[in-house]
Amino acid sequence: MKENNKKVFSLKLFLKQYLFFLIMLILLGFFLIFKFDIGIKAATVIVSSFKEILLVLPPIFILIGLLDEWTSKETMIKLMGEKSGLKGILLAFLIGTVAAGPLYAGFPIAMILMKKHVKFFNIIIFIGAWSTTKIPMLLYEMSALGYKFALVRLALNIFVIIIIAYIMELVIKKDEISSIYKKAENY
Amino acid sequence: MKQGNYIFNIIVYLIAIVFLIISFIKSKQKTKKALIKAWNSFKNILPMLLGIITSIGLLLSILNPEIIKKIIGEKSGAYGVLISSILGSVALFPGVVAFSTAALLLSSGAGYVQMAAFVQTLMMVGVITLPMEIKYFNKKIAILRNLISFVLSVGVAYLIGFILGLWN
Repeated sequence: MKENNKKVFSLKLFLKQYLFFLIMLILLGFFLIFKFDIGIKAATVIVSSFKEILLVLPPIFILIGLLDEWTSKETMIKLMGEKSGLKGILLAFLIGTVAAGPLYAGFPIAMILMKKHVKFFNIIIFIGAWSTTKIPMLLYEMSALGYKFALVRLALNIFVIIIIAYIMELVIKKDEISSIYKKAENY
Repeated sequence: MKQGNYIFNIIVYLIAIVFLIISFIKSKQKTKKALIKAWNSFKNILPMLLGIITSIGLLLSILNPEIIKKIIGEKSGAYGVLISSILGSVALFPGVVAFSTAALLLSSGAGYVQMAAFVQTLMMVGVITLPMEIKYFNKKIAILRNLISFVLSVGVAYLIGFILGLWN
């Protein structure tokens, strides 16, 4: 009986979690039936991006798990916490810049950093650096759009990232920050 | 075109494997816990990712490159910058594809400012990934970050155009 209850519950949870995906799949089904050329094109794009994501994400999540297990909160507070000053900012820039990967892969890492009580300002710096100033991408940007374009964009973005972090720190209240840090801790 | 991605993947895999081996030598128990955590956080985000990928696939096939090129390919001025910024905010391309797309559009007559706006918003603003960002932070923080990023991206685009104009 208990076993049965558990099964019903997990099916409900599954449906809730996958609702958006299921709706999109139904939509894709409609296209495949009524507008086959668009449907098959979409299916090809979906399969190839899914493959790419499956390739990109596993090592990132393994690194996240290791980072969480092996770094103590105390060390991270010392390195990037409230009183870390310029060193913390530079470190946040560095971690975000050296790593590549899409924006959405940066969020779970930001959460681990919050769990380790890294300063909110540095979290936003990290997200900014992760999204735009990517060393692995820089060479490619230079070859595709020209070195002047890439270098000017990089230089401007260093300022932009710091400005964003300052505005966020000004606007977001302390208790709001502590509530999302609590959420991260429960992860 | 995909070479940049492959090199990135290989590097990340190598780093992960090296750290995994070091961790395993130091403590089997901790490594096991880390892997369980990795799997759980992957499982957590998978449904949302699947939904996002499928919706993007559908969107990209309905709006084909020719239509996109038509709207921002001409000398479209501020209007084109705005449209490029909105497209960049909504689209979800990997960086390598983004640069290639921008390069392609540039060679077919798009302005530098429009393409800078496109690349910049593509990387900084994520409307499609907003639900994910809200899940990890909260609604206010996620929306505010994207909003500020959008406004500053447009500014950066114009500055890039201005500076490149002086430099060339």
